[in-house]
Amino acid sequence: MAIDKQLDTLEVMLNMGPQHPATHGVFRMVLSIDGERIVDVEPHIGYLHRGSEKLCEHEQYSQIITLFDRLDYIANFNNELVVCMAAEKLMGTEVPERAQYIRTILCELNRIASHMLFYGTFALDAGAMTPSMYAFRERERIQQIFEATSGARMMHNYFRIGGVKQDVPEDFSQRVAASLGPIKETIEEADNLVTFNEIFLARSRDVGTIDGKTAVALGLTGPNLRASGVDYDVRRVQPYLVYDRLDFNVPLGDRGDCWDRFWLRIREMDESVKIVEQCLAQMETGPIMAPMRRISRPPKGEVYVHAENPRGDLGVYLVSNGGDRPYRLKIRPPSFCNLMSLKHMMRDAYVADAIMVLGSIDIVLGEVDR
Amino acid sequence: MLASLKGMWVTLANAFKKPVTAQYPKEHLPVQTRYMGFPVLTWDYDVQEPFCTGCMVCVRNCPTSCMSAQMMDNPLFKDGKSKRRKIIESFEINFGRCILCGICVDVCNFDAIEMSHQHELSVVVRNGNRADLPRLLEMGKAYQAEVEWTPKTKEEAKQEATA
Ligand code: SF4
Ligand code: SF4
Repeated sequence: MAIDKQLDTLEVMLNMGPQHPATHGVFRMVLSIDGERIVDVEPHIGYLHRGSEKLCEHEQYSQIITLFDRLDYIANFNNELVVCMAAEKLMGTEVPERAQYIRTILCELNRIASHMLFYGTFALDAGAMTPSMYAFRERERIQQIFEATSGARMMHNYFRIGGVKQDVPEDFSQRVAASLGPIKETIEEADNLVTFNEIFLARSRDVGTIDGKTAVALGLTGPNLRASGVDYDVRRVQPYLVYDRLDFNVPLGDRGDCWDRFWLRIREMDESVKIVEQCLAQMETGPIMAPMRRISRPPKGEVYVHAENPRGDLGVYLVSNGGDRPYRLKIRPPSFCNLMSLKHMMRDAYVADAIMVLGSIDIVLGEVDR
Repeated sequence: MLASLKGMWVTLANAFKKPVTAQYPKEHLPVQTRYMGFPVLTWDYDVQEPFCTGCMVCVRNCPTSCMSAQMMDNPLFKDGKSKRRKIIESFEINFGRCILCGICVDVCNFDAIEMSHQHELSVVVRNGNRADLPRLLEMGKAYQAEVEWTPKTKEEAKQEATA
């Protein structure tokens, strides 16, 4: 019997998440697929919403730092830094040299730790188990230094408005210097194991591409933007801390695909190691805290401060009415803006690549949902 | 052939490395000196009373409002044995809500509260994480013995205030 009805192809909806192990948190995507190809993707966020911005209006400045620890919970120091810098800028506080160097070292170490985690999890997304073990081993080394310095492995609450909580331990420089060697080895190992691995190249080359122009239009920042060849790094464009005295490169990709984004983060770790080495050499003894009142009361006014986080450009817009709590605090989270590129990157990709693309953006849901 | 031998060599080289992991509940890694575990109250062995005067500064500064305190007149002060006019009557920290931020230790003027190295939380009863005064002091004594804790000298306190 002949079929006289014409067969149509239908788009199928595929729900992914929120409890999917590869979504790096509680994140849900609804994929519209046509066979094996993704036609459209609808991200659903908000599962981790804690109302941080509103909470900030009810907490004193010293307490806000604890909230910022929990935004991007993989790069805690970088988050603390931004809110401290915002309040300092408003109050016109001059942070002592030593504190600036301590901050820079810790932030760069945190960048390495964060990118290490990315290296591990991205390889895991691509199907390789072992790199994640190596990455965690290296991250642990850094984590131990953090624990010895601030007393906590992740939620440090170590930066203060005007400086840092207490001086670094005596053996800090030696420990950091000693950990850089193994980190360099692991970076080299990462290149040998994953970056230039043929299977990995086949899996990630020209997957999820985004060109520089679209990336800028979508507000992408950080490694995702630089992978598309746009030379924008806040550490360069608007130097904060002591970055203007340091010599480092800003690696750039050219195709803006998953492989570029991966390669770029590995190269950034190289640069971070260089920065830490320079800071250790330049750091001198001195005070670690500017003279401050116990309770910070920034004068009336508003300020926008941003800094280069491992994930991109984290901005804080702070409005103060002269009290001990902010009147309004707006957070511009890099992960949230980076997530907006998902639609562009995933269009026409295979379903199997969806996880790769999502992994390559390197989002942290704590920051997306705030 | 050569490639697979190379691969085998990597496996072999890694197989004989010392493991970096610890089998957690059976094995405990040592914590660093500055490690911030749960906050505990310290005990003044000179006068045999807590350092805490119940001034409530920490209670007001806690970001999660997880502590409560009540002060009373110090009986030892009446007898002339202690210099503290007021002393803590009851104190409670809800460890289930504490975020281990260390703000309470920062703000206390009497060295009465410290971040201990205690970090294991699991209990089998509901509300078992609400630590009252005797438990906090017990934990505090254990911590004091562990790190040979001494209250800050005047100079240290001054340095901290100006640092
Ligand atoms: S611990 Fe310190 S700040 Fe808290 S009530 Fe006791 S004396 Fe006051
Ligand atoms: S450590 Fe922080 S959350 Fe815990 S009791 Fe002290 S101030 Fe409160």
